[in-house]
Amino acid sequence: MTDPAWIDAALSGARPRAVGALLRYFRDLDTAEEAFQDACLRALRTWPVNGPPRDPAAWLIMVGRNAGIDGARRRAKQTVLPDEAELSDTEDAETPLAERLDGADYRDDVLRLLFICCHPDLPATQQIALALRIVSGLSVRQIARAFLVGESAMEQRITRAKAKIAASGVPFETPGPVERAERVAAVAAMIYLLFNEGYSAGGRQEDRAQLADEAIRLARLLLRLYQTEPEIMGLTALLLLQHARSAARFDTDGEIILLDDQDRSLWNTSMIGEGLALVDKAMRHRRPGPYQIQAAIAALHGRAARAEDTDWRGIVTLYEVLEQHTPSPVITLNRAVAVSKTGGPQAALDLIAPLEGRLAGYFHFHGVRGALLLQLGKEADARTAFNKAIALANTPAEAAHIRGHLDRLLQPDRTA
Amino acid sequence: MLYAILCYNAEDVVMSWSQEEDDAVMAQLNVTHARLEAEGKLGPSLRLMPTTAATTLFKSQDLVVDGPYAETKEQLLGLYILDISGLEEGLEIARELGKANPGGAYELRPLRLYLPGASVG
Repeated sequence: MTDPAWIDAALSGARPRAVGALLRYFRDLDTAEEAFQDACLRALRTWPVNGPPRDPAAWLIMVGRNAGIDGARRRAKQTVLPDEAELSDTEDAETPLAERLDGADYRDDVLRLLFICCHPDLPATQQIALALRIVSGLSVRQIARAFLVGESAMEQRITRAKAKIAASGVPFETPGPVERAERVAAVAAMIYLLFNEGYSAGGRQEDRAQLADEAIRLARLLLRLYQTEPEIMGLTALLLLQHARSAARFDTDGEIILLDDQDRSLWNTSMIGEGLALVDKAMRHRRPGPYQIQAAIAALHGRAARAEDTDWRGIVTLYEVLEQHTPSPVITLNRAVAVSKTGGPQAALDLIAPLEGRLAGYFHFHGVRGALLLQLGKEADARTAFNKAIALANTPAEAAHIRGHLDRLLQPDRTA
Repeated sequence: MLYAILCYNAEDVVMSWSQEEDDAVMAQLNVTHARLEAEGKLGPSLRLMPTTAATTLFKSQDLVVDGPYAETKEQLLGLYILDISGLEEGLEIARELGKANPGGAYELRPLRLYLPGASVG
């Protein structure tokens, strides 16, 4: 009941709610984090003896708040002039805990915590790093490893990001409906970035999986806060359906295995099941959005027991709908891949020809183009495209994948 | 006597288990499952997807709402059907399961009607 693994899970499960509430009390991120740390230390001492509390988050908030207040008092003594006003303010905050923890408050607390990580002045990688540190509670070392940078560099990056947030002020007023919707959208975008980082990052499989796992955890958290938002259902479904394939995406040498060639018995069926259930739920609302459409595409892949069972026509249609929602050359490129399955490689090449200018610096554009040219037997053109792709590869695995194509092209006795 | 054991636990804690922790809990539970099955005591058992996957129909207004019926601190995450001698044995089994699967609570409810239905899943 109180073994260390369970306590660990309870602490990290309670973290977003507890740090979110402590941030509201102390109005300062560092103080809130310190207070939470203090509470966790207390939990590690007392829970094994007394058993875990019924509601770990409420316990941590109460203990953390008291620890934070004690800390403020100690610091106040050290700095000679105790700030009476501030202290009595904090005392006033000690209204009954139950009332303070009501659903709406807790929702805004967690949303605020997620939202401050999405500050528009912060570059995407800093937003993600901050969310991993503050909301997920990953250690700086874990985050640094996932991003393939040194620990001190990551430490600096996070410190700078926090300073920027503190300088611009954390929004403590209760958000109105429009503002809340904007925050939810910003948080969803950050979670999506986090997942993509895990999906595409090089580095060790476990580090990648950890980022993806965290993204899914945050998406589920957001969905629990906003149970009726079809786009959040779509986002969660999309991440689950994509992550379900992770065990099949690389071979033992770390080489990319394309969807068509993946061993589908390695797909995680319970993740696919949950993703499909969420797509189903979202459709009922008849308010489609980009995450839902992408999830619906992933669902069509997830439903196909064999590659040849894939409903490519359905996927082409969904990409068309997605392009109407969010026009983007990358989406057209994806549609072209689907079109190559229904209308052949030439139709797909015609579709992507006008994209050349905008996607000239995009690895996947040249990779897809090379593969299509190869299907048409235009080997010299394919080789040129693959060479361009290799130069633009983001990870060793991507480069290795294209090199595989080139190697096969160079073998004189290959069988087509 | 037929009993249901309803498994309640804090979803955010269970969802914070890593795959390894989850696997470890399941492996330990499976020891008990296997014994109960061998003794002919274990009926259908199920683990529910997270409450975020739930949809609720409020019958009188025919109102469909996303999410679980009850917003509670612990959520209904699974259930067992058992054929056992009575409450005493039920509690013994629940204690054993609880050693493998910490946190939350097991609710023991005698069954009034049991329809095994077709074999699904």
